[in-house]
Amino acid sequence: MSPRRLELVLALALIAAAAVAVGLGESPLSVAQYHQALADPASAPGEVLWAIRLPRVLMAALVGAGLGLAGATMQGLLRNPLAEPGVLGVSATAGLGASLAIAGGLAAFPGAIELAALAGALAAGGVVVGLAARFREPEVLILFGVALSAFAGALTALVFNLSPSPVAIAEVLAWLMGSVENRDFTDILRALGPMTVGAGLCLYAARGLRMLTLGEEAAQMSGLPMARLRVAAVAGSALLAGASVAAAGVIGFVGLAAPHLVRAAVRDDPGKLQRPSALAGAVLLVAADLAARLIPTEQELKLGVVTALFGAPVFALLAWRAARSWRS
Amino acid sequence: MTAAWTLTGAKARRGKALVLDGASLDVESGEVLGVVGPNGAGKTSLLRAGLGLMPLEAGQARLGGRPVGELNPVERARLVGYLPQERRLAWNLPAVEVVALGAPDLTPSEALAVARERLERVGVSDLADRGVLDMSGGERARVLLARLLATRAPLLVADEPVAGLDPDAQLLTLDLLRAEAAAGAAVVVTLHDLGLAARSCDRIVVLDHGRVASEGGPAEALSPAVLATVFRLNGALIDTPAGVILAARRLPA
Repeated sequence: MSPRRLELVLALALIAAAAVAVGLGESPLSVAQYHQALADPASAPGEVLWAIRLPRVLMAALVGAGLGLAGATMQGLLRNPLAEPGVLGVSATAGLGASLAIAGGLAAFPGAIELAALAGALAAGGVVVGLAARFREPEVLILFGVALSAFAGALTALVFNLSPSPVAIAEVLAWLMGSVENRDFTDILRALGPMTVGAGLCLYAARGLRMLTLGEEAAQMSGLPMARLRVAAVAGSALLAGASVAAAGVIGFVGLAAPHLVRAAVRDDPGKLQRPSALAGAVLLVAADLAARLIPTEQELKLGVVTALFGAPVFALLAWRAARSWRS
Repeated sequence: MTAAWTLTGAKARRGKALVLDGASLDVESGEVLGVVGPNGAGKTSLLRAGLGLMPLEAGQARLGGRPVGELNPVERARLVGYLPQERRLAWNLPAVEVVALGAPDLTPSEALAVARERLERVGVSDLADRGVLDMSGGERARVLLARLLATRAPLLVADEPVAGLDPDAQLLTLDLLRAEAAAGAAVVVTLHDLGLAARSCDRIVVLDHGRVASEGGPAEALSPAVLATVFRLNGALIDTPAGVILAARRLPA
């Protein structure tokens, strides 16, 4: 399949998944109610479709696309198929920011948790951008990201440890598990700003990611402004990952798996991997959120739980198939 | 006329170790300069320092008459194409796409046209669509040589371009680089095969412990005295109808 046809197929899949996700939900509608919803958006069934389900689906698509794009960009920059958006430590610090805001009682203010999470992501992002400007070796970024993740994880645990209220702990835990429940269009607009900037930076870095196929030194001699492109890739991925966590909590595996789903179709090309990965991420997360809503459980399943539950085995299968092709 | 590339009095360290200790190099368009020396003599460091990939503690590097540090990435790429010793590639791109990476200044379709032509020149046009990680080491080396040729730069610098290649591919590689020189490029190659260096290079620089031990035409630079002191070989270059070869045996330690 050509990369262009792949993008078309994924775009159609996204539209189909979104239509199904808007159409189906916990409260089943009759044919007459669907008619009413389409004819009159202000009616009760119309409210369900357009004010409750649609923003939720759009948010899932947006976050999935952000994670897919950030994952593809990180894999290209670090020249490592195991890289994912959280590898820089940005997701962990965003989670820490949100935890602090919840434990500090800021959850009552609309947008405060999101802002705190984004601030956490930007703080870590600033550090890794500084490192990326200084060091060319991907190992430096990976090792520092591991350290940053561990430290932010420890501080998040400390928030639990010192929190006087079990309610706050439960709230933080629920938030960290990831969800796009009860989102409205204001939430989407809030996420759209940093995500657009992040996506622009990642796409700008594409030609640098391709050149890195040859290794650091050949890329540096290629005539491309590699230092600038490297910083753009890191800053863009950090913004996307941070804004994703801020909008929907910590959602694993989408950023790692989406690029792998489309990698073969673009012949491993890190420049052509970005857009299909974003589309694949969006499809995955819309589908995962639909599953979270439709699987009948006492408590609604959290999105991060669903992506990990389904993502991990699928990813293991992909790894198994890849390993077999390496061996031959 | 200004030399394509000069490096004078270069001192540089890798970590704490002094790897260049006053080494120099100059090359003009139309000639093939060979850089030889035992392992650890500083050949790769000399190239990297001269290209601005490694900081100089002392000395100066000039490309096209201008200090390397003053060139922006585009200007530098216009003056020099570099083939590093490391042949590891990150992704399994089709060979033609990898070769096209040598010409980022062209439009994608122009770059692909150049890439196909260069693949033909190195004799692997049938591999154009094959993934580079699905190739043998020798095939990949040819693809990377084609990538170097695709830069169309007036100075071509190749670090160990024939390492691990069969004899035919070694001779082809040097022939192609000689053809570039004949067409007006300046070419610098590091080599371990002294016979191959003697037959393929117009001039040779012998490095030892980060210094230039000898320099000049092959017979002069690789004199029996240099072979003995630098390479610990008892030997000599011999002219044969098929070209120059090196006959040598190890000196007792």
